[in-house]
Amino acid sequence: MSSQAYTPGLKRKEKCVVKKVRKLPVPGEVLVKVGETVSPDTVIARASVPGKPVTCNIAYKLGVDPNEIERYILKKFGDPITENEPIALYKSLFGLIKRACPSPCNGTIEHISNVTGQVIIREPPIEIEVNAYIPGTVIETLPKEGAVIQSPAAFIQGIFGIGGEAYGELMMVSEKPEDVVEPKNITSDCKGKVLVGGALVTGDALRKALEVGAKAIVVGGINEMDLKNFLGYEIGVAITGHEKIGLTLILTEGFGEMRMLENTFDILKKFDGELACVNGATQIRAGVLRPEVIIPRGDISLDEFQEFEEDSCSQSTGLKVGTLVRIIREPYFGALGKVVRLPAKLQKIETESHVRVLEVELKDKTRVTVPRANVEIIEE
Amino acid sequence: MDLDHINVILATDCGSTTSKARFFKKVENEYRFVASGEAPTTVESPFENVCLGVRNAVREVEELTGHKILTENGILMPCNGKEGVDLYVTTSSAGGGLQMMVAGVIKSMTAESAERAALGAGAIVMDVMAIDDGRPVHEKIEAMRNLRPDMILIAGGTDGGTITHVARTVELVASAEPKPRLGLGYKLPIVYAGNKDASEYVKKLLNDTYALKLVDNIRPVLEIERPEPARDAIHELFMEHVMSHAPGYDKLMKWTSVPIMPTPAAEGKMIRTVAETFNVNVIGVGLGGATTNVYSVYEGKFVRTVSANLGMSYSICNVLKETGIENIMRWLPFDLDAADVRNRLRNKMIRPTTIPHTLEDLMIEHAVAREALRLGFMHHKLLARPLRGVKIQRDISEIFKQETFEETYIDMLKIDWIVGTGGLLSRAPRRAQSALILIDAFQPEGITKLAQDSVFMMPHLGVLSTVHSKAAMEIFEKDCLVRVGTCVAPRGIAQKEDEEAMSLKVEMPNGTIIEEKLKFGTIKRIPLKEQEKAKVEIKPTHGFDVGAGPGRALNAVVDGGVVGLIIDTRGRPILLPKDDKERRNKLFEWFKALDTYPKKV
Repeated sequence: MSSQAYTPGLKRKEKCVVKKVRKLPVPGEVLVKVGETVSPDTVIARASVPGKPVTCNIAYKLGVDPNEIERYILKKFGDPITENEPIALYKSLFGLIKRACPSPCNGTIEHISNVTGQVIIREPPIEIEVNAYIPGTVIETLPKEGAVIQSPAAFIQGIFGIGGEAYGELMMVSEKPEDVVEPKNITSDCKGKVLVGGALVTGDALRKALEVGAKAIVVGGINEMDLKNFLGYEIGVAITGHEKIGLTLILTEGFGEMRMLENTFDILKKFDGELACVNGATQIRAGVLRPEVIIPRGDISLDEFQEFEEDSCSQSTGLKVGTLVRIIREPYFGALGKVVRLPAKLQKIETESHVRVLEVELKDKTRVTVPRANVEIIEE
Repeated sequence: MDLDHINVILATDCGSTTSKARFFKKVENEYRFVASGEAPTTVESPFENVCLGVRNAVREVEELTGHKILTENGILMPCNGKEGVDLYVTTSSAGGGLQMMVAGVIKSMTAESAERAALGAGAIVMDVMAIDDGRPVHEKIEAMRNLRPDMILIAGGTDGGTITHVARTVELVASAEPKPRLGLGYKLPIVYAGNKDASEYVKKLLNDTYALKLVDNIRPVLEIERPEPARDAIHELFMEHVMSHAPGYDKLMKWTSVPIMPTPAAEGKMIRTVAETFNVNVIGVGLGGATTNVYSVYEGKFVRTVSANLGMSYSICNVLKETGIENIMRWLPFDLDAADVRNRLRNKMIRPTTIPHTLEDLMIEHAVAREALRLGFMHHKLLARPLRGVKIQRDISEIFKQETFEETYIDMLKIDWIVGTGGLLSRAPRRAQSALILIDAFQPEGITKLAQDSVFMMPHLGVLSTVHSKAAMEIFEKDCLVRVGTCVAPRGIAQKEDEEAMSLKVEMPNGTIIEEKLKFGTIKRIPLKEQEKAKVEIKPTHGFDVGAGPGRALNAVVDGGVVGLIIDTRGRPILLPKDDKERRNKLFEWFKALDTYPKKV
């Protein structure tokens, strides 16, 4: 006896409160205070990461035994050193033979080993910063780590994305959710914008968007080969967001030509011309990190918003008769409908597997039976 | 623990995708599998508590059996006859499993031994560093700083030899200051298993900053590899440091008094149990959503490898990337657009918990599985090879054989069992499907028994066997191990098509004699049930070998299974026709011969 749970759906909210936790990867200094208003590029926190260690084999370079290097070394632990400055000097025959070992970099002497004859020089620290990413108010500071930024917003989760955080004005480049974005839809007006398309973006349109300087594209789908050609390589596992391509791509539905969900398209269309903060980072593991579109809303006060924290996606509602679902696997991929029956017993499907199923009434009133694992809940 | 009073057992595995609960009970003095429940794993954001997924999976068991197991705070123990369990054990590979970096001095010697030890302990090896690995020092340092492993294993040098080289490796690690993946505030565990003469220097450099554990040298002399002390230390540190910092594991560790085992370590333990129980050479494979684990127990040597990014859900597109679309499409008996298949695989990657609904989709996933297993086995053979650095005296005949050191010691003619586990294999609607997937991927030669895990419970039984081996073995024999059948396949390739590959005489259990002359390029199934045996007399033609030598006859007794006796004369390696139509017809013919798929295909 066995059973399996269903896939929770993606979040699409026209009104919610988004809370973004902005943290440094290492402890540092927090630069904002609670109550402060921030913009996407406000620096929230700053830290110094220890510089790279660079090794230099003194014994080898001077041609001496490792346990002899202390006789020739000119520096001691903790001493600063500049590039090409001698770390050690070997002299013999009353100084007639000299061999110096110059430092390969600027830094400080961190380790001198008479076992291996190596000296390790630590390069100067590297400064790293974390910005606010979304405009809003600082509601909490995290000592030495960062801060939590809150903003009323519309929030849409995509299914897959590439490219990191970006922001710009939303600009519709498709009229309908079933439209395909082609190069002709991308003009010089798209520069600096977060573009919204329909069911598919072609490879050529994607390249043109990059050329004209668009910040991001949010679209239903893309053909896998187009993505591969655009990136210049094939993605293996779905851990993305680090791509340095100058354009963030967010797919709301999946791979292939996929009509954007009406509700998603309508929300994006409603905020045409407004600021949108997007992140293509995707990590598909249990719990999943999905790409996102955040449209900060300054038009309504916080009280009018339904409380929604970015990390509070829950599976609480579950599948019930009447739940609106989308089928996410062939042969009905993309079809929307309402759950009309949830049989408890396992049923045999076309593959001959015995699985938990549900019956869905599609928009055209036809009823289909699909595995429960192959639907996602659409929140109304 | 009073083993005699253990009647009800719960075992869970927190996998990368799914948490799986298995419920066992003593029925008429024998331990049996009763029910299973599954739920998405909740170790990562937004839940960040592994216990939620475990509870959901256990709740399904409760629903299916009506037996209450959960309390508000954990697992109800002991069982009072109607509620609770007497023993709870668990394994874990959630959140990417145990991720390790290993370092040694020489890549093909101590670094390779360290890699084998880490893999044998159930780890995913993120990087293998060695002085001669071809990377400049700064690149190695950069890699160490970026990796964020759960643990590091350092080996290098033989006892009594120079300490300079291993000291260089240790200095490199110390200067790179690698940080642990989970919880920045804790000390990263490092196991040192190198030249014992360097121990004091290692302590001086690493003891203050890291959770350092010194164990016996993995290669005390070049001729010996001794991975056990390192492996044990890895398991100990896994519990003490890594597990206690993973989200929710502090609580999960309180639910069970038995140490949590990494899933592959528990799975490997059961594969070893098969080899030891039946005194055979075994290849085992766990085909998961994110990774493929391959195990071999060959003439007593146990090797595990993990292909961290070959899997059937999260990693399905990495299989596509590694093998190429052509290699996947070649296993499909119908005409499909490659671009469509690529999109379907991507959609599986982004929605990994979906299952095939159509036969076409099922066959696409089976095609990917063949390639994932094939690549995983290729990877395995790179590590299942003789120790490097050992002086070998060769006689003149060995010199003429022109064997290179790169070759694996695994001879497929000497493999007695192939055992498969993992979601796709266990859930294949027909056992003939998983049988053929295993045969196509591993290409067994000679006489090989095929078995598989019934509902994915090998890891559960592996960890159970550490405390209650009787229960684990009883369940393993009765409910876990499905004897799929026996594959008879001659090694060799025919010079021309339609050439006879072998003749076969089978004496069935009822005394019936089946005699066949089998042409090259065919596959045939002879029904022979589980627990049944048949006597076979195999006469391969010249150039074909079933284990007695080329062209030499072999008499044997073979075991049946749910599929039966599979006679595979498709040659080794299996070569598919280049012409598309011919290839599709061949696949149809093979699938039909084993009754692999429903008639619609």
